[in-house]
Amino acid sequence: MQTHLVNEARHAGERLHHFHGGLRLRHNKKISCQVPVEKTPLAIRYFVPLRQQTGREAEPLVRTGQSVMKGDPVGRFPQLGGGYLHAPTSGRVTAIARHPNSHPSGEEGLCVVLKPDGLDRWGPLEPLTDWEGTDPGLLRQKIRDAGIVGLGGAVFPTGVKVGEASERGIHTLILNGAECEPYISCDEMLMREQPDTIIHGARILQRAIGAERTVIAIEDQMGAVNASLTGAIKRSGAAGIEIVKVTTIYPEGGEKQLVQVLTGLEIPAGGRPTDLGLLCQNVATATAVARAVSEGKPLIERIVTVTGNGIRKPRNLLAQIGTPIANLVDQCGGYAPGAARLVLGGPMMGYALASDSNPVIKAANCILVLTEDDIRPPQPEMPCIRCGECARVCPAMLLPQQLNWSIRNGLWDETTDLGLAECIECGCCDFVCPSHIPLVEWFRFGKSELQILNAERQQAETARMRFEARESRLENLKLERKQRIAQKKRALGDANEKQEKIAAAIERARAGKGGEN
Amino acid sequence: MSRQFETAGAPHFPPQTTVSRVMLQVLLALIPAIAAHVWFFGTGILFQILLATGFAVGFEALMLRSRNKPVRPFLGDLSAVLTAVLFALCIPPLAPWWISLTGMLFAIVVAKHLYGGLGHNLFNPAMAGYVVVLISFPQAMTAWLPPASIAPHALGVADTLAVILGGQLPSGLSWDAITGATALDSIKTSVASGQMISEARESEIFGDFGGLGWEWIANWYAVGGVWLLWRRIISWHVPFTMIGTVLLLGLIAWLSDPGSNPSPLQHVFSGALIIGAFFIATDPVSGCTSTRGRLIFGAGVGIITLVIRRWGGYPDGVAFAVLLMNMAAPLIDRYTRPRVFGR
Repeated sequence: MQTHLVNEARHAGERLHHFHGGLRLRHNKKISCQVPVEKTPLAIRYFVPLRQQTGREAEPLVRTGQSVMKGDPVGRFPQLGGGYLHAPTSGRVTAIARHPNSHPSGEEGLCVVLKPDGLDRWGPLEPLTDWEGTDPGLLRQKIRDAGIVGLGGAVFPTGVKVGEASERGIHTLILNGAECEPYISCDEMLMREQPDTIIHGARILQRAIGAERTVIAIEDQMGAVNASLTGAIKRSGAAGIEIVKVTTIYPEGGEKQLVQVLTGLEIPAGGRPTDLGLLCQNVATATAVARAVSEGKPLIERIVTVTGNGIRKPRNLLAQIGTPIANLVDQCGGYAPGAARLVLGGPMMGYALASDSNPVIKAANCILVLTEDDIRPPQPEMPCIRCGECARVCPAMLLPQQLNWSIRNGLWDETTDLGLAECIECGCCDFVCPSHIPLVEWFRFGKSELQILNAERQQAETARMRFEARESRLENLKLERKQRIAQKKRALGDANEKQEKIAAAIERARAGKGGEN
Repeated sequence: MSRQFETAGAPHFPPQTTVSRVMLQVLLALIPAIAAHVWFFGTGILFQILLATGFAVGFEALMLRSRNKPVRPFLGDLSAVLTAVLFALCIPPLAPWWISLTGMLFAIVVAKHLYGGLGHNLFNPAMAGYVVVLISFPQAMTAWLPPASIAPHALGVADTLAVILGGQLPSGLSWDAITGATALDSIKTSVASGQMISEARESEIFGDFGGLGWEWIANWYAVGGVWLLWRRIISWHVPFTMIGTVLLLGLIAWLSDPGSNPSPLQHVFSGALIIGAFFIATDPVSGCTSTRGRLIFGAGVGIITLVIRRWGGYPDGVAFAVLLMNMAAPLIDRYTRPRVFGR
């Protein structure tokens, strides 16, 4: 269907292109890159939220009081091709209870509460020693069972993604190392410190999806990263892995924007990179894949940037999923005076948490603590003056100002027409709005309203179809009955006719006889 | 033990700009032209600005209160002040005080608040107010002054104030003695009477391109406008197509019949074209928002201005052109929507 696009996408990274809009933001990344990544010590309690992905809660696989080894599965997601949650350390499950769970909604959710035994013992691990000789299907299975999700922030299950990709036919794997949000440096530190693991993961992923080559996209300002990755590629001896430096313009690390920068192509509305024969994975996801396949270890830890002016000693930490955020802050010297806001994620798309008792989750690339000066009191919202700045910076080429109008007035068809579904919630429009309208909040609201509306429409449509089917079935029944009656009548009529004929013949015979007599 | 925090929506940044800061920068960009105005035509403009601002702020406060809106933040947005200053820059410097009163009454009460207030007005309030007084009080609105360098009777500050507030001319002077035709007026009358434009241009009220004095004020408007472009307060689209259309069509007309058509530069540097291109047609609320829409909007204002100047009943047509294009703006926006990503 779009073979020419797929072929064009084969040249990904050969030439760099632009995307519409975007912002040049102050990076503020250096402050957290001064010291190497540190491991967090064992916590007193771990809280592994059963609700990690955007979907439903996982079903717990453990009972209260049960002992678990590090890496044992503790929860399984019912949908999206399964996917597991694993114990971050060995110990005893003390409860499965409601607790703050770092969910954007701010509500509490069920968490597996784990009390470590201090031994930090792994359960039995099953590494694949010969991944190059392993069936790609088995590699994908391994990725799924390790509970790996996209670690760039979207946390879509990697197992599902590679499964779909392998069916679609992928020529190029894109490893996303362009973390465009200010402050976040976890990917940069990972690429500096563990380039070999990343390259190893890239090769496994490439085999798992059947891609011919890999393009690693990094930001042009990441000097040390280029050298370390280049060295790792050389050491691995792998062919077909290239590094491409992209310009640092927020949000060039967004999947759609990165694909556009590398290929000049737009992913069709409602589509995925797979439509162009591409698969995007975060560099941290590649490391998780390498660990899962070659060490047999599930995803139970990730690098988290702990930073901001509200943190005394900003740095990157290798933290277990389920560690309370307060522990991470303590390890970074605690809060600086004036700490006023706790953000999970970056300043553009991250969400504020109400308490540092929330745990580290798989999506937690950054714990950002901002001071009063960084945020300042919220300004009153003013009416839109239609200045159009929002449209100028929108990477999805939308008209945020008109979307705002149509959503607030409940004009849902208009909202759909204006392309709300293509909004990536990057927050550029919010950033530049002189009237301080919380545009992205309205867009999220609009999306959920549209989802409900579409579900209702779908239901109505199903009901209508069911009704029509019933009507036509009844109609058919009626028709059939009529036909049957008519047939019977005809049959009856035939019988009468026969009898009449017989009677007439008898009559004739009698008459004949009589005549003869 | 755990620490609690206030939550708020992303992005977690201090506000980058505000509506009042936008309006303030537009006001600042007008200062050089206002200074030039004082230089050429005396202090009348300053009193007009003060009067109009006073009335505008008064009406704005009144309307905000009666609409149950918070008064302070909305007065602080400076939009009413900007409307008043733009209006004052369009009326003759010696216009009586009730011109401002009427103009601001219509601009702020009718054109702005009856349409829903800031951000909801269909028409540019300053132009709506200006057109109302232009049509209602033609005599007072044509009392333009000649530049100081050629004025036989320049008025002092006290005299200016007396004229504006009391309608009292200094003894021994008549209106005819202190006022005069503008360059566009004299072009209109000369063409109507069958004169060649080159003959009309021999009058001392003409400068190098446009009207004497006026062309320099236009230059300073352009400087302010370019500063706004650099500050990204306005986009280049409207000024570019508006001035470009006037230059192009004016050039064609001039080349085809230089006797009855002024030169394109004369068009650009007379009347309200430059202030219109940078400060009035760029009003985001009443203009187009899409890029292509803005190009069309600017071109439309340029074309209508030329048509009114050539064939209409008024010497200048920028205000009418802006209002007419304001009406078309929603439709233009609808048909010039940018393509959505991936569609």
